[in-house]
Amino acid sequence: MRHFDVEMNDLQNRLLDMAGLVQAMIKAATQELVARDPKQADTVFCFEKKVNIQEIVIDDKCLKLIALNQPVGADLRFITSAMRINSDLERMGDEAVNISRKAFDLIKHSELNPLVDIPKMIEVVQNMVMDCIRAFNTNDSELALSVLAKDDEVNNLKNRVFDDLKILMVKASDMETIQRVVDLMFIAKSIERLGDHATNISEDVIFMVHGKDVRHPRT
Amino acid sequence: MSKISVKNFNLYYTNFHALKNININIKEKRITAMIGPSGCGKSTLLRSINRINDTIEGAHTSGEINISGKNIYDTEMDVDVLRRNVGMVFQRPNPFPISIYENVAFGLKVNRIASNKSVIDETVEKSLKAVLLWDDIKDKLRKSALDLTLERQQRLCIARVIAVAPYIILLDEPCSSLDPVATRRIEELMIQLKDEYTIVMVTHNMQQAARISYDTAFMLLGELIEFEKTEKIFTNPSRKETEDYVTGRFG
Repeated sequence: MRHFDVEMNDLQNRLLDMAGLVQAMIKAATQELVARDPKQADTVFCFEKKVNIQEIVIDDKCLKLIALNQPVGADLRFITSAMRINSDLERMGDEAVNISRKAFDLIKHSELNPLVDIPKMIEVVQNMVMDCIRAFNTNDSELALSVLAKDDEVNNLKNRVFDDLKILMVKASDMETIQRVVDLMFIAKSIERLGDHATNISEDVIFMVHGKDVRHPRT
Repeated sequence: MSKISVKNFNLYYTNFHALKNININIKEKRITAMIGPSGCGKSTLLRSINRINDTIEGAHTSGEINISGKNIYDTEMDVDVLRRNVGMVFQRPNPFPISIYENVAFGLKVNRIASNKSVIDETVEKSLKAVLLWDDIKDKLRKSALDLTLERQQRLCIARVIAVAPYIILLDEPCSSLDPVATRRIEELMIQLKDEYTIVMVTHNMQQAARISYDTAFMLLGELIEFEKTEKIFTNPSRKETEDYVTGRFG
């Protein structure tokens, strides 16, 4: 195997490792909220540091691969996609941290209402994240396309969560309840953003495989 | 509009089928690069465009190469006129062992394009200016061309081609004997010349093809595998053979 191919494999493996950490962060942060388990926060914050370091290492590796090898064709598309995926994964880690912080405060109090649509959002988004990473690992553009189709479902669920929370907010008579409603809104927004990042990664996979840019179809 | 239109073109060296049914339309006033592994036929195709291959014993062709609508392989084609209109620059600079001035004036005199000294002087100056040599060597025109650096010798060879007013310039690995700085300067020159001339270039340097050409042809084993815009060839080629070659996985 050529040295360049060894380096490219290493880049892919690093991204997959980072994706594994991000998936674990998302799982821990959402468990913290749904299972009301504050210990999960430790996992989130511990992995965040590792993800941040990986982001820098992967970016540096991509720059060196471009500068030293002048890649073209599929190699160039892989590296440019890897740089964007790297950035999306790091932001997904940040969203997991945001969810964890809000959940940590929320679970100190009793539940406002049983969570129904938020766990549904979490399930859809976790599947999106898993599928986009698998699509990246296996160059599966069909799987990546299926992720794009799920983004609307997440957006609709978020809108439903917001509608329910607005009603709670109107009914609320104290600042503390309003603050908890606002925190849940932030959490719903973060989960939706996780779906957006999974969508971005899927678009990158399609570009990587076919050289076709499917971002912003309406522009 | 295509300046060079190659239709069902085949070339044989005796029994060896060197170019296999080539079809390609090369647009005017652009740089077109030809890439491919050694022996793929890219230089043979380039040399077919001004019929230099005619001089090789056993070489014979079928099909057409049309330049501005005229098939250059028609029996009535005047090959001298063709080679004046379609100039060629080779891998290694090959100035004649005469003065810089005489090198540029050579084609004008041999082809009897000009005999008046002032016209020749003017053409020499214009040609040397076109290749950005004039300012540096205007006081050394009577010195031997062989005293110039390799880069300047190659510029001089391009000036010699330009002097006889061609409309196509063929370049066969024009920078392969130059260092990176000289290479970059010749590339800049080619970019300037493309506004006036149709340029077809064979290169083994894929970064060079990517940097300066508008279209790129990829050849393999005597066949034209893919001909596309350069940016497509180097970002998302259609054919697997092209992808494998440009990414360095074979060749």
